Amino acid sequence: MTLNEQKLAALDIQKIRGDFPILNREVRSGIPLVYLDSTATSQKPLQVLSVMDDYYRRSNANIHRGIHVLAEEATGAYESARERIAAFIGAATPKEVIYTRNTTESINLVAQTWGRANLENGDVVILTEMEHHSNLVPWQILAAERNLRLEFISVTPDGLLDLESYTELLKLDPKIVAFTHMSNVLGTINPAREIIQMAHTVGALTLVDAAQSVPHIPVDVQALDCDFLAFSGHKMCGPTGVGILYGRRELLEAMPPFLGGGEMIKRVELRSFQNNELPHKFEAGTPAIAEAIGLGAAVDYLAEIGMDAIEQHEQEIIAYALERLEEIPGVKVFGPEAQYKGGVAAFTLPEAHAHDISQILDSDGVAVRAGHHCAMPLHNKFGITATARASFYLYNTEEEVNKLVDGIYKVKKIFA
Amino acid sequence: MDDLYRELIIDRYKNPQFRGELDPHDITFEDDNPYCGDHIRVDVRLDENNIVTEAVYSGEGCSISQASADLLIESIHGKPLDEVKALTKEDVLELLGIELGPVRLKCALLSLKVLKAGAYGLGEASDDLVT
Repeated sequence: MTLNEQKLAALDIQKIRGDFPILNREVRSGIPLVYLDSTATSQKPLQVLSVMDDYYRRSNANIHRGIHVLAEEATGAYESARERIAAFIGAATPKEVIYTRNTTESINLVAQTWGRANLENGDVVILTEMEHHSNLVPWQILAAERNLRLEFISVTPDGLLDLESYTELLKLDPKIVAFTHMSNVLGTINPAREIIQMAHTVGALTLVDAAQSVPHIPVDVQALDCDFLAFSGHKMCGPTGVGILYGRRELLEAMPPFLGGGEMIKRVELRSFQNNELPHKFEAGTPAIAEAIGLGAAVDYLAEIGMDAIEQHEQEIIAYALERLEEIPGVKVFGPEAQYKGGVAAFTLPEAHAHDISQILDSDGVAVRAGHHCAMPLHNKFGITATARASFYLYNTEEEVNKLVDGIYKVKKIFA
Repeated sequence: MDDLYRELIIDRYKNPQFRGELDPHDITFEDDNPYCGDHIRVDVRLDENNIVTEAVYSGEGCSISQASADLLIESIHGKPLDEVKALTKEDVLELLGIELGPVRLKCALLSLKVLKAGAYGLGEASDDLVT
């Protein structure tokens, strides 16, 4: 068996679960945790926790300007993490990998810097109807300021992007197309390569919201040929407080800075400053050092297991989950068939509100999310206010899907 | 959990007593819970002495938000407007007879927030009304 074939072999779920101490806890006496909320945030393996703990115990120091052992160790670990993250997403150079707080900040960075420098009255920005608020509101803010025209690729009743509507919108000469790679509600994995190629044929740039894709499927920015790509550490086994903006180097070089302060400058005089070089130009102030190092450990962990194997595991889990959920009378799962989606199942029951579903599932230790999942326009589109959402990751099992299904039957009994 | 879904709440959720809209009305107000999109509208009629003669609510949301609205609206019938303005979080929790965590508390208190914003004639509802 080659190394690649080994990685494609089924995951050793029990071994993986052993890496996540939280999965062993009981939520109440005798009731083990069934964590089905990884789309909101993933759990963290020991490999990540111990690296962060070790950093604080042994190497804690501010980075880049200290000339002592701790500062050098801290800087080395922080920059080494950037190199491994760059390799994980296939970036040409670590200079194209900017540390931010999260996906939201990454998208705001692009809107506020590239957007302000390049968009003016009447310019068209294309988004989609399935965006998370984090890829809507930053553009709405800029649109109000610059009188931009926002247009939306429509979503079909099956939960797929309507590429015919996209073809029509491209005739409007858009300046940028910003879209989610994988919907956090429908689970839809969008044809990113095709969307990007189509944008480039009319000279538009592209921004990929990869908050849900980078944790769950192999993503290579050079293969996608995207211009910007944003994701968060905490959804991919890393800590909260650190995210990434990938940008093509020549774009980042030409963009004005984002936040001003220490670290992002080369020199400062009383009335002027000179930008620092990439990637520091966009990293004002003391960053989340331990978190960046933790994200480095997270990509090591995921790469070791293999993103192909993780994707395959989630495909199996979601196919099984959809099959079981659809057996339950009244359950409506939103989004496309398993083959077009990742491990996300947002659903409704006619007799109970999503909050009530979630609360009753919680009584059996099953953690799902309830609400609009920061995608109110998408919920409006489907004529609903809230869904319950079960989401899956590398550590979830079919047994946990069974517990979800049992819990939904309990909801139905209470609300019968 | 069993407490949370005590019979009263399920019953009021499934068989509400005070759902509807009033037109004309002396007071009307509506608002959403930004965390989940639950929505409540309250309509109230007063007599010449500012006593509540009729009140109803409409909207949608989870059992806690809807049952608490139903119980709250029931409780204000015959009350002077000043007493309605003085209602508190504790009054609603007493009506529900359960303890709630921070997230569900927002569900339970949405109707009170809407009612008080209307009673005070405010332009916008604020969480300060129900803390």
